[in-house]
Amino acid sequence: MYPLWWALAWQDIRQRYRRSVLGPFWITLSTGVMVSAMGPLYGALLGQDVGSYTQHLAVSLILWMFISGSINEAGAVFIGSEGYIKQVALPLSIYIYRMVARNLAMFMHNLVIIVIVLFFMPPANFSYIWLVPFGFCLVLGNLIWIIMLLGLISTRFRDIPQLVANLVQVAFFVSPIIWKAEMLTPKTRFVADFNPLYHFMEIIRAPLLGEPIQLLSWLVSGFLFIFGCTLTFYAFVRLRSRVPYWI
Amino acid sequence: MKIIKATNLVVEFPIYGMNGNRSFKKSLMNIATGGVLAKDAASRVVVRALNGLDFEFSEGDRVGLIGHNGSGKSTLLQVLAGIYEPSEGELTVDGKITSMLGITLGMDGEVTGLENIYLRGRLMGLDLVQINDLVESIAEFAGIGDYLHLPMRTYSSGMAMRLAFAIATSVKADIILMDEWLSVGDADFILKAKERLTNLVNNARLVVIASHDHSMIKDQCDTIVSMEHGKILSISKF
Repeated sequence: MYPLWWALAWQDIRQRYRRSVLGPFWITLSTGVMVSAMGPLYGALLGQDVGSYTQHLAVSLILWMFISGSINEAGAVFIGSEGYIKQVALPLSIYIYRMVARNLAMFMHNLVIIVIVLFFMPPANFSYIWLVPFGFCLVLGNLIWIIMLLGLISTRFRDIPQLVANLVQVAFFVSPIIWKAEMLTPKTRFVADFNPLYHFMEIIRAPLLGEPIQLLSWLVSGFLFIFGCTLTFYAFVRLRSRVPYWI
Repeated sequence: MKIIKATNLVVEFPIYGMNGNRSFKKSLMNIATGGVLAKDAASRVVVRALNGLDFEFSEGDRVGLIGHNGSGKSTLLQVLAGIYEPSEGELTVDGKITSMLGITLGMDGEVTGLENIYLRGRLMGLDLVQINDLVESIAEFAGIGDYLHLPMRTYSSGMAMRLAFAIATSVKADIILMDEWLSVGDADFILKAKERLTNLVNNARLVVIASHDHSMIKDQCDTIVSMEHGKILSISKF
């Protein structure tokens, strides 16, 4: 039996696209248009080979939409479920999973674009592709603790969602999404290396594009996962029961 | 046998925004400035919705909570339902709670009545097999016929209420919590609804109902808890 959070998440998606002919495939379509418009243009502007740049852009943009969408919505994860939280005693994790599942469902619709791009413009090799699921699970795990923690703090301090939205917007430009990390000079390389979002994207992106994953990316993502889960666990144990009061 | 026992049950709602300490800036400033502002933050405004309640409800009790608006009836139900954890004191509940607070929660006008039965059923803690078994009797009791397969926004408000009522009352309940005796407008339906609800209540081990309606409480309950300003004035059994 599919769990309750999945039923609720699916309901959210349907509600958003109800009575529209394409429904959730609007997600696919709009990403497709964006990638095909930006790929050749920015590829040329940045003096890149259009094929490899479009691969990079498609994968990066779609991963970014998933990661930034989850982080941006995190602040509202409990606040937005006020009606539920105040009327039924369900575990708070349901609202987290509902949100992650909703974003995951949108990601799945975008995945079609990645498949199409990689089919028509295949990367040099597919020998690391088996690493993708591992990278993805690690990113998902990281997103879950980030959402839980941000959701918890945002319920208490209502400035946090604004702050997060601001940071995420900046992060789009300073992370290698429309540009590549290889374009950085050794002097500016720190922009990527000290950016956890770069490592999150890299452990999925690199194997998709036929490159090995750097050890640093594994280490950063793995360490953040362990550190973040521990922190969130303690915060949640202490503060979980306060959430209905804070809302 | 005791089913619910509370000792010195207190529920306090912190009111943020009164002294502005909901914003992160203020909290930071409190840390930074220490003294004066911190004192402000410490003496935060709280509303004591329940103020040291002691009670015990036993198997077979039909408890009616009466009191004016703001006396704490609904908050008490929410605490019993496990929504709020007591700020102080202890509460033990021995059994499975079926809360009938918000019986339309989660219903969506854009999906069919049938899908709403599944959604509501899941929210009430039923699994798919249980819901499958109940669908027919729910639809029949609600009397919505073929509308079952139409989006709920096409329903009249009476039909939507009947459906919500039918779903809520279709479960076997152990401990029932109700905010106001569920009443469903439509004259023909009232009698049928009352019978079904009475039947449900009679099969439960414990029932707690909050209401303004004294005659209904006298009719349905054998224990009356009278509340005022978050305190219990009296508990009378008869």
